[in-house]
Amino acid sequence: MKQVLQISSFLAFKEIWRNRGRFLLVALVIALITLLVLFIAALGEGLGNGNREYLSKVDAELIAFQSKSDYLIGASRMDRDRLASIARVAGVQDAGMLGAASAKIILPGQADPLKVALLGVEPGHTGEPPVLQGRQLGTKLSDEVIIDRNTALRSGLEIGDTLEMRVTQGTRDEYYKLRVVGISDGQQYSLQPSIIVPFFTWDKVRPKSEAEINSSDPVANIILIKLDDPAQMDAVRQRLLSQVNNIEVATISQTIQALPGYSAQQSTLNTQGGFTLFIGLLVIGGFFQIQILQKVAQIGVLKAIGTTNRIVATTFIMQIFMITVIGVLIGSLLTFLFSLTFPPTIPIVFNGTTSAIAIVALLLIGPLGGLVSIRYAVRIEPLKALGLSS
Amino acid sequence: MSAQKQPEFAIETHSVVKTYPSDFGDIQAVDEVSLQVRPGEFVALVGPSGSGKTTMLSILAALLKPTSGEILLDGQNMHELSENNLVTLRREKIGFTFQANNLVPFLTAVENVELMLRLNGKLDKAGKLRARELLARLGLGERLNNLTSQLSGGQQQRVAIARALIHNPSLVLADEPTANLDTERAYQVVETFAGLIHEQQRAGIMVTHDLRMCEFVDRVLQMRDGKLIKEYADKPSIMKLVRGRMTD
Repeated sequence: MKQVLQISSFLAFKEIWRNRGRFLLVALVIALITLLVLFIAALGEGLGNGNREYLSKVDAELIAFQSKSDYLIGASRMDRDRLASIARVAGVQDAGMLGAASAKIILPGQADPLKVALLGVEPGHTGEPPVLQGRQLGTKLSDEVIIDRNTALRSGLEIGDTLEMRVTQGTRDEYYKLRVVGISDGQQYSLQPSIIVPFFTWDKVRPKSEAEINSSDPVANIILIKLDDPAQMDAVRQRLLSQVNNIEVATISQTIQALPGYSAQQSTLNTQGGFTLFIGLLVIGGFFQIQILQKVAQIGVLKAIGTTNRIVATTFIMQIFMITVIGVLIGSLLTFLFSLTFPPTIPIVFNGTTSAIAIVALLLIGPLGGLVSIRYAVRIEPLKALGLSS
Repeated sequence: MSAQKQPEFAIETHSVVKTYPSDFGDIQAVDEVSLQVRPGEFVALVGPSGSGKTTMLSILAALLKPTSGEILLDGQNMHELSENNLVTLRREKIGFTFQANNLVPFLTAVENVELMLRLNGKLDKAGKLRARELLARLGLGERLNNLTSQLSGGQQQRVAIARALIHNPSLVLADEPTANLDTERAYQVVETFAGLIHEQQRAGIMVTHDLRMCEFVDRVLQMRDGKLIKEYADKPSIMKLVRGRMTD
């Protein structure tokens, strides 16, 4: 086996080196496919992350919705009575209201306001993200706000600043001022950067219909539930459903999948990524097939002088793998360089796992695409290849 | 080490037949051919197109299985060998030069020659030196590191000859080695080839349609319609054949 590898690597390397222009061209095609696949993966991750970031980071295992809301946050209405009922269920360590709405931050000197997700949470309870700078929210009624890193980057707001927010309540635009007390890591929600306020403040400053303006009973969208033991999730879920009226309970992952457009968006991008890989497979397969067709006589000579099929096949596999690796490396580098030129408003996130999966898939398409040509090379008969057959 | 008796012939065939099926019945490409070649003997296989000489060469090269008959290389019956063992036999005991597409295009002259040693696991310092010396003897000392595309047709054939001989095979086969060469270069190539075969005590068989090239061989076997019809075994008769062809 050692000898096979030595001979194959010698032949593979020499051929690539002495035809480096041709092989570099294929490597560049693979690099462009890599660029495309990694960008689609990063875009999928960025868009997905923009939708789910707050929920995926929240310190909770279950989410309670109003029954028949089909796990849709915007369609669910939960009052404080149910919060108390849920908090009493055995196995629930903590529960917190979450209200979600949209708002606009007026930025001094800028014509366009910054659109943000306005999240109302219970200070000190599950749902309030930990801050990286500054402090957590104070009382339930304070005019304090935690801004996420994305809001901080786009607005330039710092701890101690006062942000002015514009919301529509009834038919009028209302302006509210909130003091920035903390900056958290990224907490995007519904593809918007977020600002997090105490729940009662949220109920005061959120966009409202005419009917809601006069309502005195604050209503959240969902209740986030943290468990004593996440391993007991199913049992607690059953208890919640049996002991609290008029709710339905979902896991975080179920909630994310139910986010409007999330699944469709992700499956579209995954399909695009899959098709790009498939096209890559055909391109690489086609190139190596053409290359083998051009080398039939050469392979015939090699076989006639006693080169085994194992050496012929290993040589091709090595060549395909080397070219694929070079192409993927160039493509990854190009992707990195391109990503530096993108503004933060473009939702591109290079997740280590997603990128690693994409790179492994790209490394596999080379050998997979070349399988047909390797099979063809192994079947070449030296006699026919050399034109000696009658 | 036990002293094994060397067989008298490097290669011998007994009643070799090769039949191809066709729409008009079986075609007998090789018909009851028996021949023997000793170590150090250079034999030409001649005949008109379709006489079966290339088919016979392919059979001798273990690239084609005969329909019937026996082929012994160094006393070993090829018929008894598996496909893998035939590949090993070709690699270890046979040297080849072909009419065209002889060399691996992405290797230099010396790398092409060394390839045979590499394939046989014998590429050591001595082997590398031998490859360079052999190429130098063939007048290619200045062309060692040239790619095949940088060599003329005659130079390529000489590299192929070096590759055919470098691993000390028992049998060296050449299929129309002068087909793409001008007369002067053709003479040079065959003369060098014959010299090395005699010197290194290899059995050499050359298929050629050019009877002038028979000037350098020890024996000429003439084929027609798949049969071995005549043998020219002495120099005067060979030269008569050569001159006869030349005055045609």
